[in-house]
Amino acid sequence: MRVIVQAEAFDLGALSNAFAAGAAGAGAIVTFTGLVRDNAGALAAMEIEHYPGMTEKAIAAMVDQAMARWSLLDAMVVHRYGRMVGGEAIMMVATAARHRAEAFAAAEYLMDYLKSRAPFWKKELSADGAAWVAARDDDEAALKRW
Amino acid sequence: MIEVLYFAWLRERVGAPREQIETQATTVMGLIEDLKAREDRYAWAFGDLTALRVAVDQELSSFDAALAGVRELAFFPPMTGG
Repeated sequence: MRVIVQAEAFDLGALSNAFAAGAAGAGAIVTFTGLVRDNAGALAAMEIEHYPGMTEKAIAAMVDQAMARWSLLDAMVVHRYGRMVGGEAIMMVATAARHRAEAFAAAEYLMDYLKSRAPFWKKELSADGAAWVAARDDDEAALKRW
Repeated sequence: MIEVLYFAWLRERVGAPREQIETQATTVMGLIEDLKAREDRYAWAFGDLTALRVAVDQELSSFDAALAGVRELAFFPPMTGG
């Protein structure tokens, strides 16, 4: 299990390859990457604030839950904070399981929980100014399916 | 003495990322009422509690949580990770 919270950009390929190489016995690896969406060039940058200390603990607890529930062989979450621009990777999730159903389900579970239960806050900076991104009701509702 | 942290727009409204608070309050809600009575910026920041969440010693909690033994409180809007 690996949880990485950092400001720096990460190398998706290198992290994915290292994760796959370490997942002995896996028959399926799912990776998800979240990018900064640039709505028709309107977004100048995204700033992500987080709660050092709680962030790492909250994510580790989610990963523990996912590992146990889907009998994962391994799982990894990488999440950035600080300033980034459109097209940059914000975060990634990787899960390794014997079969694909477990790997997909665990990755979705982790994504749903990261959205609403990991202490990150996004602020969008555009030509019109800066605005905090509001939490979405359907992100909260998505947790109910688990 | 409790270390109180604020994040996102709450931090901007309070005007500080963290501060040490001395209070007689026994619950999170009691502390919020105490702060709101002290200064307008707190009344503004804590005006709508449905828009806020609280973590007690870095665990998500509720406004009726007790403060006995608590070292760190954090207030913030709903999280927008992922």
